[in-house]
This record gives sequence, C-alpha cells and structure tokens, in this order.
Amino acid sequence: MQNDEGSGFLKSIGAVVIFCFFILSSSFLCGCLRREPPADVTIINNAEPESLDPAIITGLPEFRIMLGLFEGLMRLDPKTAEPVPGLAQSCDISPDGRLYTFHLRTNLVWSTGEPVTADDVVYSWLRAANPATASDYAGLFFYLKNGEDFVTGKLKDPSLVGVHALDQYTVRVELSHPTSFFLKLCTMPVMSVVPRQTIEKYGARWLMARPLPSCAPFELAYWRPNDKIRLVKNPRYWDAANTRSQIIDLLPVGSPDTALNLYENGQADIVLDRTLVPGELLDVLLKRPDFHPFDYLGSYFIRINVTKKPFDDSRVRRALALAIDKDRIVTKITRAGERAAPTLVPPWTANYTSPPGLGYDPALARKLLAEAGYPGGKGFPRFEYMFNGAAGGGDKVHQDIAIELRQMWRDNLGIEMDLRQVEWKVLLSSYSHLDYETARSSWVGDYNDANTFLDCFLSDSGNNRTGWKSARFDALIHEANEQTDLEKRAKILEQAESLLVRDELPIIPIYYYVGLDYFDTNKIEGFYQNILDDHPLEYIGKVKSTK
Amino acid sequence: MYFLKRILFAVPLLLVISVIAFTLVHLVPGGPFDRERAPASPEIEHNLRAAYHLDEPVWKQYLRFFGLVWEKDAAGHWHHAAASFNISYKYRSHRVSDIIAQSLPVSMTLGSLAFCFAMAVGLPLGFFTAARRGHWPDYAGSFLAMLAVCVPGFVVAPLLILVFAIKLQWLPVALWESPAHMVLPTIALGLFFSGKIARLFREGMLNAMQSEFVAAARAKGLTENILLLKHAVRIAILPVVSFSGPMLADLLTGSFVIENIFQIPGVGVFFINSALNSDYTVAVDLALLYAILLIVLNLIVDFSYTWLDPRVKYE
Repeated sequence: MQNDEGSGFLKSIGAVVIFCFFILSSSFLCGCLRREPPADVTIINNAEPESLDPAIITGLPEFRIMLGLFEGLMRLDPKTAEPVPGLAQSCDISPDGRLYTFHLRTNLVWSTGEPVTADDVVYSWLRAANPATASDYAGLFFYLKNGEDFVTGKLKDPSLVGVHALDQYTVRVELSHPTSFFLKLCTMPVMSVVPRQTIEKYGARWLMARPLPSCAPFELAYWRPNDKIRLVKNPRYWDAANTRSQIIDLLPVGSPDTALNLYENGQADIVLDRTLVPGELLDVLLKRPDFHPFDYLGSYFIRINVTKKPFDDSRVRRALALAIDKDRIVTKITRAGERAAPTLVPPWTANYTSPPGLGYDPALARKLLAEAGYPGGKGFPRFEYMFNGAAGGGDKVHQDIAIELRQMWRDNLGIEMDLRQVEWKVLLSSYSHLDYETARSSWVGDYNDANTFLDCFLSDSGNNRTGWKSARFDALIHEANEQTDLEKRAKILEQAESLLVRDELPIIPIYYYVGLDYFDTNKIEGFYQNILDDHPLEYIGKVKSTK
Repeated sequence: MYFLKRILFAVPLLLVISVIAFTLVHLVPGGPFDRERAPASPEIEHNLRAAYHLDEPVWKQYLRFFGLVWEKDAAGHWHHAAASFNISYKYRSHRVSDIIAQSLPVSMTLGSLAFCFAMAVGLPLGFFTAARRGHWPDYAGSFLAMLAVCVPGFVVAPLLILVFAIKLQWLPVALWESPAHMVLPTIALGLFFSGKIARLFREGMLNAMQSEFVAAARAKGLTENILLLKHAVRIAILPVVSFSGPMLADLLTGSFVIENIFQIPGVGVFFINSALNSDYTVAVDLALLYAILLIVLNLIVDFSYTWLDPRVKYE
C-alpha cells in the first residue's frame, strides 16, 4: 500500500521531469535551428508595420521599409529628402504645369525577371485610387484629373482618370490644376509601383507570396510579425551597383529602454525615431556624439473645439495662446532642442516663410479675455484638456505639458481647467466627433511643403477636427495651390497661415519637432538626417574597415 | 461522464464569452480606422469601413465573425460571405491564424520554461520552509518567497538585464534567438509564480502535517522525513496543482510586460495591443484562445486531483 503510493508519487515526479526535459530540449532545438547569416545592418524601426502594401500603409516605420521594396516614379534624396528620379529617368512638365510626362528607364525589371512597364505604373496608381482598395492616402490622387471623382466612387471608369501609358516607357499624368509640389507627391508610398500579377493571383495576402517581386533596391526575405523583417539586396534593381548592404534587418521595437539596450550591446546599429530615446536619459544621451538631433517636419499644438462656448470667441482662443510660455515647455519638458512655435508650419519647410505668430504676452492675454467678458477669468467656465498617455514612456510628455498649461492659464488668466487623460484611440475618436473642449495634438508633414500642414484646416478636411470653418482660408489655400509662381504662392499661403495662427486660432502651436536618431558615424555610412526622417535603405551600410 | 459534461458545457460558455468580448471591444470609443491622420475625404473613410464591414450593425458583424452571413450578390444569387475571425484590421497583410501560429509557440515555450522554473524553485523552497517551520531558514525562505510575489516583472526584468546583460555581459539584453536569450525572460516571468508556489506549498504542507492520517502515520513510528516526503507531500501538492491550471494558462498565453521588455515575438503583446488598437477580431480571437486554454487546463487539473488524492471522486 505504502509502496504503491510512493511509486505513484515518484511516477508523477518522473512525469514532471520528462515534461520539463521535453520543453527544454524542444526550446533549445528551435533556438538552435535559427541559423541564418548575420545582417550587414540592423535597424530598430519603432512599431511593427501594419502592412507593407504601399496603398495601405500610413505610418513612417512602414514607409521606410516599403520604399526599399517598391519604388515610385521619383525617389527621395537621402540628404535633402527632395525628389530625385526613381523608376522614371526624366519628367517633362508642360508650361501650364498640368501635364507631366514621365520617361521610364528602359532597364527596369522586377526582381523576378519581368520588365516593369508604364502599364504597371498606371495599374498601381489606379489600384491605390480605387475605392475597393480602401487606401487612407487615396486623397493624393485628388490632384489628378477626375481623381477625386474616381476615389470617391462618383466616377466608375478608370480610363477617365488622368494617368495613362503612352507606350511601354512613357506615363502621361494630367492634373486637375497646376500643383507645384506634384513631384514630391510622386515619392509618396501610395504612388509606388506594385506587382500586378502577384496581386491578382494572391489578392489581399499578396505580400506573403514568395518570391515577392520587387522593383526597388531590396527583396523581402521574410517578415515575422513583431520579430523581424529581413531585406536582401535585389540584384536586378536598376541601381543595384550602388546598394551598399546585402542584408538589412529591421526590428520592431516599441520600448525605448529595450531599443537603447540593444543598441548599447551591439545588437542594433541604428535606432530610428525620437520616441525610442528614454526620456529620463535624454540629457545624458544628447551629449554623446552618436545621438543626432535634427529639424523634423512636425509640430505639436493644442486643438480648440470652436463649436463650444466660450471657445467660439476668437479673443478667448488668442488669450489662451498668449498666456502660454512656450519657451518654458521646450526647455523644461521636451528638452531635446525643440523650438517654441509661434506658427504651425516649421521654419525649415521648403519655399515658404511663416507669418509672425503670437508670442508670450500675459498682459495682452488678460486684456483680450476681459474684452471677451471674463475680466480676471471671472465667470469663465471650468473646462477640460484632453491628452493621451498611460502606456509607454514617450507619452508622458503630454501629461507634463498638460500640467504646465494648467498652471500657466491659472496664473496668467485666472481660469481653471481639468486634465483628462485618455487612450490614444479615445482621443482620436473625440477629435472626430468634436467631443472635447481643448486637446493636445500634433501633425507631421507628408512632404516638404507648407500645404501638407495648412490643408488640414480646410473646412471640409477630415483632419480639421476643430469645427473651425473659414471660407477665406479655404479660398486662399485653393488659390495658392493653383499658383505656379512659387513666391506668389508663398505669400498667399502666408496669409492663410496668418488667419490660422494670428487671428482665428482654432489651434495653438506649441513647438516644432526635433527628430533624434542614434547611430555611430564611425560604423555606419550613407545615413543622413533629413526633415522627413526618411532614410532610403540602399545608401545605408557598414563602414568598410580601411585598416 | 463527468468530464464529457464539462466539455459539452464549455461550448455555450465560449459562446457567451465571445458575445461579451465582442460587445465590449465594440463599446470602447474609437474604431480601428481612427487615426491621427484622417483620410482626405469622408468617402475614403467610408470606403475603409465598408471594405471591412464595420458599417454593419454589431450583431451582423458578430455573425460574420463566425461566417454565418449569406449575402445576395449583384446577380441576385445568395452566397456565403467569408468569416471575419481571421482578419486583422491593424495588420492587414497577415491572417490572424498566421500571427497566432507564429507567436503562440514562442509564448508557450517561454511560458513552459517559466512554469518549470517556478516549480523547480517554488516546490523545494516551500518544502524547505515547511520542514524548518518556526526557525530562521523558514523566515528567510518565506521572506524570499514573499519578495518574489511582491516585486513585479517590470522591476525584476530591468534589474536582471542591468546585472546579467549589461554589467556582467553574460546574457543578451533582449530578442529571442538562442537558448541564452531565454534565460532572463524565463526568470523574470517565473519568479512571481515561484514565490506563489512556495507559499502555497508551505501552507499545504503545514495543513497536511496536522491532518489525522499524518498523526496516524506518526503514531506508527514513521520518521519525520518519511512523513513529509511520502504522506504530506501528496496532499500538500493539491493547492499547488489547482493553482497551476490558471497559472499555466497565464504563462502560455504570454506576458505583455516581459515580452515587451525583452522584445520577444510572443502573443502577449498582441493581447494588449489588439484591445488598444480596436483590432476587434484579434481581440476576440485571443480572448477565446485564452478561454479555451483556461477551460482545458482546469479540466486537466480536476482530472489530476483524482489521480493524486484518492479521496476525490467526480460523479
């Protein structure tokens, strides 16, 4: 009896031991099975890409990878982020600025060997513009003749859209009105050329096809969600001779501490994105030579819901803006060299100078508030400021700014506000439903032109999200974008921005973004900082030892 | 018969869970396509919602989730609409099954290792403290167990990285590539559970030592060591066994914190992010996966009761 019990217990112990042994051996096995050649360069690229389909992607981490796989007619210069010839070797623009004729290179082939033709370009653009593809960025096709009607489903016949293949190597693009920044749009992912046959064969899951045809410097070797994306050099790319690296790994790391640890231990060569710098260590890290801050095409601002009282009064909004000491925010909170922003459009935007915005003037702020009927803040209703936060260290800055704002508004205007921290998605939903009073927000430019900031505040723009509607502002933006003379255009845009940041203020700009990447210039070459924080992968490589 | 009933009961239970999960994720403000950058026109947004059937009433989306929708096409023929449970709104190029197939084994490996670690550390510690009850080894051991329970993973993990990966450079700081990469996450994840098991096992041992059959055995003249090892252990292990079911379910489905800190491509990260991203289908899929694991493991626990303790019988 005792023996039985004893042996039963021993059996169970034995079972546990065997189980442990099995688990251990199997995990060691799968660990050892992953023998693969090391990458030339490993890049930490922030969040896991949602997709790599040029028509679908919306975020910078996706853009950076995708541009290594599918090129457009134009590509980005790595230093200036200006458009340079990509699949097209040249482009003729008609004198009225509405007709673009792109001449494709004659040596273009997919990585699988088939030629890349003008038909592929037309197919790719029409696919992205097609309502069934449901592309977020389909709005960029509004600039094409009949593009808006096609994207919104009013026009069914794609042949009426202003993009046509004249022959195998020529694409003719007709715009609805002259657009001075159209070549910049041609570097955007949604304009990239995608493999038609693969897409028609595999449908929504075409990116999982192997081999995946590529017309850019790299091919997709594999993509393990939340683990790694490996790109290998595409030897059939037209400029393959200048591709520096054979293998590039991209790691989706969202935690700044982990990113820094991996970098410090040599498991990553480049870390992209300001949000991957641990906030607590910012002051120390910024002093190091391998931390590279740079001007970035983005702005941080406060949204004001102008449909709610008392914010429907522009004097109130201006008072709020004048009562903010923005310099204090950039020196005490953000601390990476950001500059206080009197305007929405960053000063380093091409072909444009912003109007002078509003500075810090508490006395004038109090005067305006009194004029609006709230002398010394008396009778001003308690209101709410919404911001996102919680998870991740990078978002803490929003909370710190909110606290600072509350203090400044209380001290300078005598008004009280409540802070409301919400989930990111809740904040976005509140924007769209105008279900907030004031809220933090930001905008990052898609291309280097003032329009990418200003057209957000058109009355019918989905990005307006303030309830502010100005017929004059709309008219100015439309007028500017049809203007081909860059100087005249800049003047008109300046008037428009003046409305936005001096007179009406549905938004209060706080600071211009600074980007921050880290990598060792002694080890990595071909990596440059540009205002889009976009880094064409083909130029990036390890410095070859000269010893 | 009892276990057959339990399995049959699991089906309606899963249905109820799916309804609750589906309703909850849809109740949260903000949808999968609410982004910082709104599309240029409302029509584009409408296209997006229509392409993923998010413009339908929630009950219809629920039926579609399980593939229970038939639709009339343009020609007027009825045809079966594809189920949506395998579609992710966030990771639009992947199928959910692909994501789970790739990430679940990783989490399961890490979870099993952490389970083994928890058992390997917790059981001896519990036994040792119970055997030396009231003496300083008991206090020291109990203190350690308490510490393991109280210090959360997001404190343990960075400390382990700091000491073993950065200062001593014995182990890698993060990623999931070789056995060496598994050591720190295993400890960080298993430590809490090892403390918990040590405490449970110690309690179980102490209770068992006071039971009548142990008193009888002691009266027969058995030595204390044999008493502890042969008789008390089998009863004392029961609370540990009943705890290990849910514990294993927790461990196998991954830990958001540990996977995030060590950059491990497991399923735990998807658990949290699918909810934060309003990735409805993935959130419900993973809730169901967790529920199934929990039900199965609890069933195994109940089954092992009959094996360990002859007094337990199920009708």
